[in-house]
Amino acid sequence: MFKILKYSFSDLIRSRWSYVYFLFYLALGFVLLFLNNSISKAVITLMNIIIVLTPLIATIFGVMYYYNSKEFTELLLAQPIKRKQIFMGQYLGVAISLSLSLVLGLGIPFVAYGAFQSTAIFDFILLIVVGAFLNFIFVALSYSIALSNENKIKGFGYAILMWLFLAVIYDGVFLISLVVFNDYPLDKVALLATMFNPIDLSRILILLKLDISALLGYTGAVFKEFFGTNTGLITSLGLLSLWVLAPIWRINTKVKKKDF
Amino acid sequence: MPFKSLLVFLLFPLMCFSSTIKVCKTCKETSLSSAISVAQKGDTILIYKGTYKEHNLIITKPITIIGVDNPVIDGESKETIFTFKTDNFNLQDLTIINVGRSFTKDYAAILVSRSHHFSIKNIQIRNLFFGILIEKSHFGLIENNIIKSKSTSEAGAGNGIHMWHSSNIIVKNNDLSGLRDGIYFEFVSKSTISNNKSYNNLRYGLHFMFSNHNEYHHNTFKDNGAGVAVMFSKYIKMHDNKFLHNWGSASYGLLLKEIYDAEIYNNTFEQNTIGINAEGSTRINYKYNLFLRNGWAIKVRGACYENIFTNNNFISNAFDLAYNSKINSNLFDNNYWSEYTGYDLNKDGIGDVPFRPVKLFSYIVNQTPETIVLLRSLFVDIINFSEKVSPVFTPDNLVDKAPLMKEIQ
Amino acid sequence: MIEIKNLYKSFNKLTVLDGLDLVFKDGGIFAILGPNGSGKTTLIKSILGMVVPDKGEILVNNSDVIGQWAYRNDINYLPQIANFPSNLTVIELINMVKNLRPKEAKETELIATFGLEPYLNKKLGNLSGGTKQKVNLVLTFMFDSPLIILDEPTTGLDPISLIHLKEIIRKEKNEGKTILITTHIMSLVEEMADEIVFLLDGKIYFKGSADTLKTQTKQHNLEHAIASLLQS
Repeated sequence: MFKILKYSFSDLIRSRWSYVYFLFYLALGFVLLFLNNSISKAVITLMNIIIVLTPLIATIFGVMYYYNSKEFTELLLAQPIKRKQIFMGQYLGVAISLSLSLVLGLGIPFVAYGAFQSTAIFDFILLIVVGAFLNFIFVALSYSIALSNENKIKGFGYAILMWLFLAVIYDGVFLISLVVFNDYPLDKVALLATMFNPIDLSRILILLKLDISALLGYTGAVFKEFFGTNTGLITSLGLLSLWVLAPIWRINTKVKKKDF
Repeated sequence: MPFKSLLVFLLFPLMCFSSTIKVCKTCKETSLSSAISVAQKGDTILIYKGTYKEHNLIITKPITIIGVDNPVIDGESKETIFTFKTDNFNLQDLTIINVGRSFTKDYAAILVSRSHHFSIKNIQIRNLFFGILIEKSHFGLIENNIIKSKSTSEAGAGNGIHMWHSSNIIVKNNDLSGLRDGIYFEFVSKSTISNNKSYNNLRYGLHFMFSNHNEYHHNTFKDNGAGVAVMFSKYIKMHDNKFLHNWGSASYGLLLKEIYDAEIYNNTFEQNTIGINAEGSTRINYKYNLFLRNGWAIKVRGACYENIFTNNNFISNAFDLAYNSKINSNLFDNNYWSEYTGYDLNKDGIGDVPFRPVKLFSYIVNQTPETIVLLRSLFVDIINFSEKVSPVFTPDNLVDKAPLMKEIQ
Repeated sequence: MIEIKNLYKSFNKLTVLDGLDLVFKDGGIFAILGPNGSGKTTLIKSILGMVVPDKGEILVNNSDVIGQWAYRNDINYLPQIANFPSNLTVIELINMVKNLRPKEAKETELIATFGLEPYLNKKLGNLSGGTKQKVNLVLTFMFDSPLIILDEPTTGLDPISLIHLKEIIRKEKNEGKTILITTHIMSLVEEMADEIVFLLDGKIYFKGSADTLKTQTKQHNLEHAIASLLQS
């Protein structure tokens, strides 16, 4: 698996798009720090971008890489290697190279600005960790969608739809149901609903460290109790890990039966 | 300070005929209570270094009590320690510890009752119930005192400086922490609170009830349980204060309730759950205030009329404004809003399109508080944007017609 | 020896292999022929484990290989379409495949044969189709394996390379290897194949030498022989 990982990774880090992605984050980091003049303020703006854009890019990259490397995958399949290792190697190659773009692209400007001396360093680290999780989750989700769809256009469409659902539609339905069922106690339902969407989970996780811990307490003690503590943080990170493992498990079962 | 010189002027003739009584372990007077009982009108009592276990000291003569080398008066947690029922007294340079606690009586380190022309300076009070309790008194100066407690429940805690039915009192440069309310005013008028620090108090840093014609400025209120509350009062000037980090589920920088004709200017509201919570407030001018990184910068609830918000800076607040009624003749004009994305083609520093400070999401959160969990979601950004383009739910005329392009320095 | 017993495979409702029984003995060149969609590639991919059959057995040297992977170390496979990661260079790809297979490789000779030296440090994305196919051939023949499977090996090759390819195939045959070829070029079949396997509708329609096929169909030309097989 590590051989495949090594090759996918070295293939990807030399791709033009990885550079564009890296430079995008680099520029973003510098511009935000320059405009906000404060690490903690830049972290807030950055959060908006990370929870929306990182999943989208990971989705697109995942699908594109699967379809573009299809023939090469077939070449690998004829080699004496386990199927599982080929796909896990490729998956990790994509996810790691994307995460590396994120970590370096944002890490360089923030460290240069003196993030390690700032009190916001833990918020920043959390942001990067959550961003990396989102990369791993959405590459896995899109890979698993691509595996189920031979038709490239269909696969691409479904993957984008999946992103759109998790990033926008889910929250819309969520918001409308909260407003409609206003008369019922909703805090536990709301807590549960955030668990089922990795984007919401990441957003809440970062927000609680940043600005709304008190605003949340304003309505539901349940949220504050859950997310405000270390148990909440660990549970959330655990749930994010489950969000990585579930699509990986699906990829592996799918791959066992798939014809190439 | 004219007030101070007035005090000196008033006290000066008394001093001419006065004698000095010394209190120490080896002096003729070894206790404060005996010194007080022998002291005549206008005398000065000097207390030298040492710990004096005394309480229920009742002073009915106009005298001056001065600590030398910081003596400590230990009340042994029994009852009120000093009670002044006289005009023209001074108390200074002492440390007072262990005030009694009670659920029925307001025991204080220093109780001032029906007095005028007095001063309390450089007193440190620790482990207390009430700190300085002033009733029906006038023309007083409370300066440079440090009142520090470690209260954990509101019921078992008293206020740092507690005043009722008084007037013309100056409270300045005091340091108040770990109390129920840092400073509490009830039926107090023509008084000034300035340059105080009030922090880590269980309830309010400063609490006004039924107190008119007062002014507070250059104070810092930080990390208090609920913030600062000004209620049922008229003609209050609030300026150059800092309301910082009142960050809790029901906290605010400043709570206004039934307030008329107030001036609020040059204040900083930073990282409060709610910067200003206004309810039933009328004819208030908000000018040159800075609202930075609050949950809600301003929440305007019902019955607020003719308030004017101009030249304020609203920067990086989760919500700039929450509003649950009609515009009600309140005016927003010439403020700087960091959320503003308009343009300024004629370069006059004023944005060419009006700014709508109430977002749709802010309106939704008002209706259904649980929806706050969707803050900063992409969906919320989208509906906010569509509402901005064509308002349906938020008051149509609630706009800043001339938003500033640059922050006011 | 490869034994295929009662092999079934369908994609959705389309039956591609319909109870196929087939034996390839060790040594010799076997041409797998059949019209488009007759199951040639599916058969090859089943042997390689890329397609998972619905039913049946595939035995390579008397052990069942379905779901296994290590046996592929003894197979060289030339895929039909050569498409490689576009950011890798030719030499990196060769080294990578060498790295993936724990056996000795003789790529230098093959690179010289196909004249690929000038391209070694070029990225695969910038190569023409023919050059890619040459790289594909190098990757296939650089290992010494008893079984070689070639899917349309002549695609995009210039005549000189074609001659080289034929030489290589003959050489491998003389070393006693089993070579399976699918192709549409009948001249290649006539020239090289020891045995023809003709597939139609997922079944073996004919198995035997080219001469047997010609006598059986009373045709002098292989192409016509095949055509008449289809017509009957």
